[in-house]
Amino acid sequence: MSIKSYAQAMLEGMLFAMEEDERINLVGGSLFGLGPQRALSAQLRERFGERIIDPPISESAMVSLGIGAAMAGDRPMIDIGTASFVYEAWSQLINEAGPAHYMTNGQVSVPVTLHMLHGLRGGSAAQHGGSPEAMMWNAPGIEIVLPSCAADVKGLIRSALKSDNPTVVIGHAKLLGVEEEVADEDYAIPLGQADIKRAGSDITLVATSLMVSRTLEAAETLTSQGIDAEVIDPRTLVPLDKDAILASVAKTGRLAVIDEANQSCSVASEIAAIVASQGFAYLKSPVIRIARPDVPIPFSPPMEERLTVTSERIAEAVAAGIG
Amino acid sequence: MAEKLEAGGRRDMFEAMLLMRRFEESVALMSKDHPFGHFHLYIGQEATGAGVLAALRSDDLTLTTHRNHGHVVGRGADPARALAEILGRADGLSGGRGGTLHLTDRSAGFLSTSAVVGGAIGLATGAGHALRRQANGAVSVSFFGDGSMEEGIAFEAFNMAALWKLPILYVCENNTKGAMASTEGGFSSSTMAIDELVKIPRALGIRSEVVDGADADAVYEVAAALIEDLRAGNGPAFIEARTERWPGSRPIWPDLSLTGITDLDMAWAPDKAAGEFAGWQRDHDPVLRLAARLSADRVLGQDEIGAMDAAIQTQLQAARDFAAASPWPDADLALTGTFA
Repeated sequence: MSIKSYAQAMLEGMLFAMEEDERINLVGGSLFGLGPQRALSAQLRERFGERIIDPPISESAMVSLGIGAAMAGDRPMIDIGTASFVYEAWSQLINEAGPAHYMTNGQVSVPVTLHMLHGLRGGSAAQHGGSPEAMMWNAPGIEIVLPSCAADVKGLIRSALKSDNPTVVIGHAKLLGVEEEVADEDYAIPLGQADIKRAGSDITLVATSLMVSRTLEAAETLTSQGIDAEVIDPRTLVPLDKDAILASVAKTGRLAVIDEANQSCSVASEIAAIVASQGFAYLKSPVIRIARPDVPIPFSPPMEERLTVTSERIAEAVAAGIG
Repeated sequence: MAEKLEAGGRRDMFEAMLLMRRFEESVALMSKDHPFGHFHLYIGQEATGAGVLAALRSDDLTLTTHRNHGHVVGRGADPARALAEILGRADGLSGGRGGTLHLTDRSAGFLSTSAVVGGAIGLATGAGHALRRQANGAVSVSFFGDGSMEEGIAFEAFNMAALWKLPILYVCENNTKGAMASTEGGFSSSTMAIDELVKIPRALGIRSEVVDGADADAVYEVAAALIEDLRAGNGPAFIEARTERWPGSRPIWPDLSLTGITDLDMAWAPDKAAGEFAGWQRDHDPVLRLAARLSADRVLGQDEIGAMDAAIQTQLQAARDFAAASPWPDADLALTGTFA
């Protein structure tokens, strides 16, 4: 074990994967944002420089190239950078990658991995802070991975790169530098396995990505109000570990879902619907959705803050919802 | 063929360039005390913006990108409100909602400033479609960088514009020369299979010219001739303005300290340029080049240029004070304004 940043841990997972499978190659080599973690890309280039190509600013063709290469037996990882730019490649992802296996009756599979950074990061304004995970969830055939911490991203990136399906790994610019103890050896975390980040008995808080750490902070705040929250990180939306969520709600009787996507048709909406339809009997109070309001992202810091899902807002909404 | 710009027009064009330069220096200075996130500066490209803007009518429409400050301020937006917007303040051009990436002043002819690479090309094409239907001779102008030519929308939009003869001037600001590779910690240079971007629009039959993007007179003459043609119904047209990237825009975070605050005396005393980037200042700086030429052509004396600069500096000091004093917007406004 040693202390590693999220970006370092992700790099380690990628290096193990690329060592093991020489088909894995990278289109776009700036996985770690514009901050200090940016330098880590150099390690990747040093070791596997011949497997990295720097593409033009052509998201649509990049994603198409990845899908076509995957169909032809390659294992490409396509780096989109800012998640809002994946909308440029929407048709490729939604019309080509998602349906291909189904529409060819299994003749073809699409083992492509997309990587991008979502969410509010300060000054992103309307076109650089999107959280497309919920929209992707609405499209069949795409695996969606939302790592929340260094230890998880290392094992999840390993499984994403091994998957035979189109897999989107959505990181968060604000997670890249966050450090924690991470095992040094190679390991994989299977897709579809939720993690209980904090055990509790009064309410289940399902959170994703950066919202996991904020929800854990909120859970600490809630203890002072006598509320003992359980925090579950599904880690992947597709496949979704419904059993873990339902089992937790069966125990606590209450649910709040916290995610950065805009609230309508959001991750929070879908998980709320799953629990309402399959776990209605467990619920003692209405499900709480904590997501971004349905407005574009404003540049101005106080306005952006107003839309931000903070630990304080999570704690307030949970306390108010429990009543 | 459009005529050369007369003396008064050249004076105004230079004034716009100097305003752009001092404005961007103000942005860089303010970023120290008021960090507002990542931003892009127009330093070194002023001649392209000012040369094209000098050829426009007030009812022409303009679209720009994340590197928009020079265009917006150069076309008449209030520098104080522009700075306030960049800081995210209530008095900003968009009330703080847009920030540096989306600086937009509709009253100065700007529609919506897209920070998605290639966005301005598509929007300008739409503006051209509307203007052709309105048939009053107005044109739309899209400013964009060489990176936009890498997006599929460029081809799709050029094809439509050519098919329907839309009155659009596409202005590609090719500042790739001098860019640092992204692997070296800078903005990437352009990633194209060709080095003459005009070949792409030319393949679609779009009249296209290459011009020295640091030579304001030359940009004006090319733009004015093409726009005259657009107004006559012979659109679209394309300009590739080539500039050597300002050293301060090579790293991923703009760095004013590399060349410092522009000393206009370098225009007539080139030896005053010193240091690692003296060559850029001597040979490429468009503001210094036009200052030297206007002085040699006896359009503006050194004293007059000095007085013009002093007035702009005073205006921008007031603009910085205004922006810094402008209040933050009411946070609850974040929840309103999505729909018309």
